Amino acid sequence: MILTNIESVPGKNIVEHFGVVSGSTVRAKHVGRDIMASLKNIVGGELKGYTELLQDSRNQATERMIEQAKQLGANAIVNVRFATSSVAQGASELYVYGTAVRAN
Amino acid sequence: MEQFYILTILVCLGYIGGTIAEMRHYRSIITREKEFLKLPAVTIHRMIEKDAEIKSVEMVQGSAVISVDYFKRILAALRNFFGGEVKSYESLVDRARREATLRMKEKTPNADIILNTRIETTTIGRNANRRKSIGSIEAIAYGTSVTYKI
Repeated sequence: MILTNIESVPGKNIVEHFGVVSGSTVRAKHVGRDIMASLKNIVGGELKGYTELLQDSRNQATERMIEQAKQLGANAIVNVRFATSSVAQGASELYVYGTAVRAN
Repeated sequence: MEQFYILTILVCLGYIGGTIAEMRHYRSIITREKEFLKLPAVTIHRMIEKDAEIKSVEMVQGSAVISVDYFKRILAALRNFFGGEVKSYESLVDRARREATLRMKEKTPNADIILNTRIETTTIGRNANRRKSIGSIEAIAYGTSVTYKI
């Protein structure tokens, strides 16, 4: 599965479009991480726990999108976009969407 | 009185720790940016070298969550009162974006170009702007990395 965030797949021709595919996941951070983060917040700097958490969830959302594209028989997803929204206090939704195509 | 002491300690700790951490971070960002001068991340959609043969295409992303220190948060709160440029938050956003872009590049060190780079910034949860909570932002950079056949 090839993913790109431009309109085409460089070096290949798009022969068939399958429409929009998307994947999303809603994650909340656990209390332990929150406490660590608030301690870290005194001196500032990177909050590694959050970075990892968001990376993990983004990967999971991407996996779900790829799964959906596979079911349609696509072999590439073009114009992939990421979006983040906060659903409730402390939980955020990570959303990935793109256009499933067949390229050869 | 006790509260005042705690606040003073927190501010001092934030000032010293935060300044050291920021200096160190900027130094590492600058050295790593020099290393990756050969791999430009551009916002153009189309291929620049049209006749180049392409070996592989891959979507890459990188992200970083950075928080401000206690001292800067108080500075920013004061700024809120008088208005104007909030310098202490500018460096925060700048660091997060540059770090995210670097992490994106580190995913494909052998690529030749990264097309259509997009950088987004989000606050995490709803508590990011509230007092007594974590003032942190996430920057994510993503793009399509292209490797040419040599």
